[in-house]
Amino acid sequence: MKRITIDHVTRIEGHARITIKLDDAGQVADTQFHVTQIRGFEKFVEGRPYYEMPSITARICGICPVSHLLASSKACDAIMAVRIPDAAAKLRELLHCGQIVQSHALSFFHLSAPDLLLGMDSDPAKRNIVGLLEEHPDALRDGIALRKFGQEVIERLAKERIHPSWTVPGGVNAPLDPEARDTTLAELPEAMAIVKRTLALWKKTLDNFPDEIESFSNFPTMYCGLVGPDGSLRLYDGNLRFVGADGAVVADQVKPDDYATYIGEATLPDSYMKAPYYKPAGYADGIYRVGPLARLNVVDRCGTPEADAELEEYRGRLGRIVQSGFHYHYARLIEALYALERMRELLDDPDILGTKVRAHADVNNLEGIGVIEAPRGTLIHHYKVNDNGAITWANLIVATGHNNLAISRGILQVAKRFVDGNKIKEGATNRVSAVIRAYDPCLSCASHALGVVPMVLQLLGPDGELLDQVS
Amino acid sequence: MTEKVKIRIDGEVIAATAGQTILEVARTNSKYIPALCYMEGLSAVGSCRLCMVEVSGVARLLPACTTPVQEGLAVTTSSEQLSNYRKMALELMFAERNHTCAVCVSSGHCELQSLAQDHGITHIRYPYNFPKLTVDTTHPRYVLDHNRCILCSRCVRTCAEIEGAHVWDIAGRGIGSRLVSELQRPWGEATTCTSCGKCVQACPTGAMAEKGWGVEEMTKKKAAVSRLTSMREGQ
Repeated sequence: MKRITIDHVTRIEGHARITIKLDDAGQVADTQFHVTQIRGFEKFVEGRPYYEMPSITARICGICPVSHLLASSKACDAIMAVRIPDAAAKLRELLHCGQIVQSHALSFFHLSAPDLLLGMDSDPAKRNIVGLLEEHPDALRDGIALRKFGQEVIERLAKERIHPSWTVPGGVNAPLDPEARDTTLAELPEAMAIVKRTLALWKKTLDNFPDEIESFSNFPTMYCGLVGPDGSLRLYDGNLRFVGADGAVVADQVKPDDYATYIGEATLPDSYMKAPYYKPAGYADGIYRVGPLARLNVVDRCGTPEADAELEEYRGRLGRIVQSGFHYHYARLIEALYALERMRELLDDPDILGTKVRAHADVNNLEGIGVIEAPRGTLIHHYKVNDNGAITWANLIVATGHNNLAISRGILQVAKRFVDGNKIKEGATNRVSAVIRAYDPCLSCASHALGVVPMVLQLLGPDGELLDQVS
Repeated sequence: MTEKVKIRIDGEVIAATAGQTILEVARTNSKYIPALCYMEGLSAVGSCRLCMVEVSGVARLLPACTTPVQEGLAVTTSSEQLSNYRKMALELMFAERNHTCAVCVSSGHCELQSLAQDHGITHIRYPYNFPKLTVDTTHPRYVLDHNRCILCSRCVRTCAEIEGAHVWDIAGRGIGSRLVSELQRPWGEATTCTSCGKCVQACPTGAMAEKGWGVEEMTKKKAAVSRLTSMREGQ
């Protein structure tokens, strides 16, 4: 058995290593995806007052702190047993839309566009954001402008782009400034135009990737995401829906409080990332995916006109259930459009300027669960407290965790298709890394449980000797 | 009749009253001397060592909060030596316990954090002690986080001298010293606590806070507590 290790995987959030094992004929026998950072959040929060959890858990991630802030605040709302004021719920969703736009822009433009627009086999020295500037300056400019817009929405609302303290248990701690609403409304059309331009560009570019579409995590799995009562896309609040590989709904309108009935978590011997699975199907068979691709498979519709039109075209091109992981990119752009449309709806709602934005209460439940759809997928925060409000137990299931089994299987599939022999070809290793990038994993988040993941690819021989290594 | 004396602070001649401390005279005359354990309205204990000043003719540094003025005293409030010692004292406070400003309710309103910023502290030169400390959440309205306590004893003195309840004390010795309520009883079970919350308002850091506030949200009303003493003295 020979082994290839990609150590570390680049252009992802966090640190990872991939090992590819080859058989005696030099063909790929197996692959392993290792998340190599250890962080320990679930343990060290024990004893802290529950209302500190949003700010503590936001530190899990610098890319999507807003996701953790929101899921955590919702879990705390549940501990307080309050229904937060309507304006606060809308403001939180607005903040979340800003987060979705900035994060999806980061994933598509900053991290994946070098592969997608310059080509998987392009010169690695130029296959980066600088190379993109030379070849596709307009696209890059769009990407930077879109991410900036999302970040500024967050800053206008929450006063800080990273780790804001605005989202609190019971709501938010300050109402929306009308001037911030007007500025965002004025900037929305340009952000919409960028997403539409990028969608048009992407639809033209898709045909350049037949092999990648065929082999990037292209296998049947279940899918999971939040939906509204009418089956429409929900990012901030909703109930869980699981659909099978054929699109049949297997569990619908699952209350977030009941997640543990449907989601089990397996621990893996060689990774700090746990592997959630659909409990009724058992470990390994219960493989499911979350995130943009999964959400668009799960929902009946988006619920906003322009995103729905794009969804119809997407399904027309690719089918009702889209299983190739390569299409995460396409789905991500449609979601960015949805988030911008939702932003407009929320900002046009006069309630958004409501000044009653925070509910105060003591501990009224000893357990609280908060679920949102983070940019990368379903995010679950689950806390238990004692009578005085000190955390006694915490469980966090993050988006990248849900996708762990699928990412691992995707790596095997793409490695079997592109890696051959005892020498690693650069284009092959890049594809192995690119399949991971398609999921836009956040390994800092995924290893919250107890971390570090730029990526390493190692090629090991039959006796375990290191034949080649790429990092 | 109170005796009047003249002293010099940083070269400036200032009229004072015998019995006043250097710190009181300095603050009355808008001369800045940093301090953490000192709080107007409470007795002075000189424990934080931030108000150390140079006094001409005295070889060692003296704490301004407990040193009474005398005729002809010449005080220097800032020098390279003082700055070094003050930085050291602050850094040792940060190294001793687990002060994680980023997730603290008092961040942005914390006297320790603010003094560290004033002194240009960006890194701590000493190894962190990382003690395993508890958070007392037993009081229905307030919380005590030993991780953020600097043992200034302002809460102890506020409770004993202003409220008159004397719930708080400091137990143990040296680095093992801990703030305790009613001889080690959890705060929520302390029978003498009136839940007035003045200890919380007097606390310079996030060690004592009102329950329910998120990061950066806890602002303290220290001046209101100090005012109680001056109002009573005025009666």
